[in-house]
Amino acid sequence: MMSRGWARTKASNRRGRRELPQRSRRNTYPSLLALIIVIVFASHSHAQVTFERLVDSAKEPQNWMSYSGSYSGQRFSRLEQINTGNAHSMVAKWVYQTAATGKLETTPLVVDGVLYATAQDDRAFALDARTGRPIWMYQRQLPSDIRPCCGRVNRGLAILGDKVFIGTLDAHVIALDTKTGAVVWDVTAADYRTGHSFTVAPLAVKNLIVIGISGGEYGVRGFIDAYDAETGARKWRYYTVPGPGEPGHETWEGDSWKVGGAPAWNTGTYDPATNQIFWPTGNPAPSNRGEGRAGDNLYSNSLLALNADSGKLDWYFQFTKHDEHDWDATQVPVLIDAGSKKLIAQADRNGYFYVIDRTNGKLFSAAPYGKTTWSDSKDAEGRPVANKNASPTLEGHTVCPGALGTTNFMAPTYDPQSGLFYVTARDQCDIFSTALQPYEAGHAFYGSAYFPSEEAKPYLGFLKAIDPATGETKMKFQHASPTWSGVLSTAGGLVFSGDAEGNFIAFDAATLKPLWHFQMGGAVYAAPIAFAVDGKDYVAIAAGSAIYTFGLP
Amino acid sequence: MAGRMWVAGLVFLGCVANGFTQNPLAGDSKAAKAGEYEFRINCALCHGLGAHGGGRGPDLARAQKRHAHSDSDMFQIISNGIPGTAMPANGTNGQGVGMTDEEIWQIVTYIRSQEVRTSAKTTGDAAHGKALFYGDGNCSMCHMVEGKGGRMGPDLTGVGGSRTREAMIESIRDPSRRLAWGLTEATKEFPQEYESVTVVTADGKQLKGVILNEDSFSVQMMDSGEHIHLLQKDKLKSFQKSRESAMPKYTTDVLSDKEVEDIVAFLASVGAQ
Repeated sequence: MMSRGWARTKASNRRGRRELPQRSRRNTYPSLLALIIVIVFASHSHAQVTFERLVDSAKEPQNWMSYSGSYSGQRFSRLEQINTGNAHSMVAKWVYQTAATGKLETTPLVVDGVLYATAQDDRAFALDARTGRPIWMYQRQLPSDIRPCCGRVNRGLAILGDKVFIGTLDAHVIALDTKTGAVVWDVTAADYRTGHSFTVAPLAVKNLIVIGISGGEYGVRGFIDAYDAETGARKWRYYTVPGPGEPGHETWEGDSWKVGGAPAWNTGTYDPATNQIFWPTGNPAPSNRGEGRAGDNLYSNSLLALNADSGKLDWYFQFTKHDEHDWDATQVPVLIDAGSKKLIAQADRNGYFYVIDRTNGKLFSAAPYGKTTWSDSKDAEGRPVANKNASPTLEGHTVCPGALGTTNFMAPTYDPQSGLFYVTARDQCDIFSTALQPYEAGHAFYGSAYFPSEEAKPYLGFLKAIDPATGETKMKFQHASPTWSGVLSTAGGLVFSGDAEGNFIAFDAATLKPLWHFQMGGAVYAAPIAFAVDGKDYVAIAAGSAIYTFGLP
Repeated sequence: MAGRMWVAGLVFLGCVANGFTQNPLAGDSKAAKAGEYEFRINCALCHGLGAHGGGRGPDLARAQKRHAHSDSDMFQIISNGIPGTAMPANGTNGQGVGMTDEEIWQIVTYIRSQEVRTSAKTTGDAAHGKALFYGDGNCSMCHMVEGKGGRMGPDLTGVGGSRTREAMIESIRDPSRRLAWGLTEATKEFPQEYESVTVVTADGKQLKGVILNEDSFSVQMMDSGEHIHLLQKDKLKSFQKSRESAMPKYTTDVLSDKEVEDIVAFLASVGAQ
C-alpha cells in the first residue's frame, strides 16, 4: 500500500513542450533536423487529426483534441507559459457570444489554431482561436417535441480526420466537415420520442466514434454505440442493461430491465495499451424507486471496460448497487499510472473516491471525499454498502449526499506534477421521496422526487485536492456556493476552475490559493481547456452563454 | 377504449387550437393522478409534496392565487414561468424534464384537485394588523409593504399571496429557521438569502447588516442605517456571516398570538390582491 503521494513526472512533462519547434530556444540541433521538424509541424497545422495524433496528444500540447484533452482523462495541459509566477496578470483575450440561452456545458476543442465548440440546441461552430472570429456555424433543426432532461445542453465534439462529430438532442449522431460545418453524414441512433437524447461529447478511437445515450429519466434502456467515422455505419452497440440470457440479466426483477435506464451520458476514456474503453453509466430507472426492480440492476452506476473493436465487456465495477438516489456514476474515469500499477480513479457522485485496478476491475480503495450518510460499512472487497434506512420513503427523509451528488458530470483533473486529483465537490443533503409511478413511453419516469433539505443549509461548494494514493482530501477551497464547473491543471503549477457566481479562477496547485480571477457575468457549467497559437498560451472556458479566452497581457 | 382515447385526443387538440382557454382534462381524476406524478417530479422541489408549499415556493393548495386565476392562467405560468421570480419556464429549471402540453394540463388538474376551497381570509383583524405593522410591532422599520417601510428585510407586499399562514407565523416567531430568499441571479442555482454579516474594514470600522449578494471575492451589504457597502473581501480585516437572522424573534411576550394573526391578516389582505 502506498502511503505517500505518487511519483511526480514534471521533468518528462516539460520535455514534450520543449520539443515544439516554434518554441525551441536551443540552437544545437543540426539545421537539417530542425528543418524536418518544422516541415512535420507545418504539415500538422493543415493535417487531419489522426488516431495516432490522439494517442500522442502529449506531443502537441498546443492542441486540445478531445473532451478531456487526452485519452487518459486527466485534463492536464503541458503548457507552462502561464504559471504561478505570472497568473496574476492574466487578461481576457476574446469572448464569443453563442446567443444561446440556458446552461453552456461545452468543452471546446482546439486543433492547429481553430477552436471548435458547441452550444445549446445543438449548435456547433469553428472560431479563429486567436481572435474568436467565426469560421462557420451550424445548428441542428430539432423537432419541436423533444424533451431532453436537465437542459437543452451539449458537452462538446469529437474530432477525427476532417470531421467533427456531435450527438444531438433528438438522438442523432452527425459528422460535420471541419472546414465548412457542412453535414457529411447523419444517422439516427434511437427514437427521441421515447426519451432518448445525446448530450455527451463523443470519443474518437481508431476509426470509431464512441457515444453514450441519455434518457435515464425516461426509462430508456441505456447503450453505448460506436460508429464508423467515415461512413456513419454503426459498428457495435453495447446495451448497459443486459437482455434475457445475458450475464447480469438476473439482477433485474421481471420486465424492469426493459425500462432500466443505465444511460451513458458522460465521455469515457481509453487505454491504447490494452485497447480498452472505460465508460461510466448512470442511474437505474426509475431513479427514486427501487421497488419493482429488485436486485443490483447491472450495469447501472458502473464503470465498464469495453474492447474498443468489438464493444464486448471485459470487466465492470458497480459503484452504487440498486441505486435509489439518482447517483449516476457518470464521472470521467481518470487513468493514472503509479509505478507499475495501472489504475483508474473516479470521484463518484455517491460521495466516495474510488481507485480501481484497470487491468481487472478490482477495487484498490474507496474513501469518502464529502458529506455522506448512506453507508457506514464496507463489504469484503472494500466497497461501501448502503444502510437499510437510506432508502427513500413516501413522505421523504434526508440522505447525504443529495440527488445532485458530491460531484456530478463536471470534469475533474489529475495533475501528474502535484500527484493530486482535483474535483469540484458539494455538501448538500436532500429529502428523498418515493412513489409508485407507471411507466409511460416518452414521459418522465422518476418514481417521485427529492428536495434540498432545509436542515442541511447552507449548501457548500468546494474545489478539493485528493491524494489518489490514500483517498485523503489534502486541501480544499470553499466557493461562495456550490458550482458545476470542471477543473483543469497545467504544467505551470496552476489549477483552473469556475464558480456559480461567474468567476473564472486560477489557483496555485500546491496550495489552492486563488492567484487571479475574472468575473464573466454568468454561472459556469463547463470545464476549462488550455491551448497555444503562435507561441502564445491561452486558457478557455464557457460561462453564461459565451466562450471566454484568457492569456498573458 | 382506443376510440375513446381518440376522441380525447381530438378534444385535446381542439383546446390547443383554441389557445388554451379551457382545461381539456378539468375534473378528470385519472388526469389528476397523472398530474401528481408530474408534480412530484417538476414542481414539488419548491412547492412541496401535495402542493402545500415549501420554504421555496407558494402554497398552491390555496384556492386564491397571486398570479393565476383560471386554468389557462396556470397553463401559461407553468409554460412560461413568472418573470422576476424563481418560477422558471417549463423545462428550463435544469432539474426536471420539460413537460408536454398534456402533462401541464394534468398538473393544473392535479392542483385544482388539491385545492382547499375556502376563502383565503384569515381570522385576524387586518386593520389592527396594519396598525401593528407600521406602529408598535416595528415591522416597517425593516420591511416594506406597497412602497412604505424599511429596506433591511424583504419587501412583504406579495408575501400574503405566496406563503401560507403557518409559514408567515413561523417567520415571525422564529425568523432564523428559514431565511428569506434574496437576489435570484440568472442561471445561478440558489438565490442569495438574507444572511447577517459583520465586517471590519481596513480602517478598523465595524459594519453590521444583511448580505445583498456575495461571491468568493466581493460582498454587497446593507447596514442597519440602510447604507449599501460594496466591499472586496481581501481588503477586510474580518468578515463573518451568520444564519441567525437580523430580525429578532417575536415571542408571545412581544406579540400575542392574536396580534400575530392580525399582522398575517394584514399581509394576506395586501398580498392576495
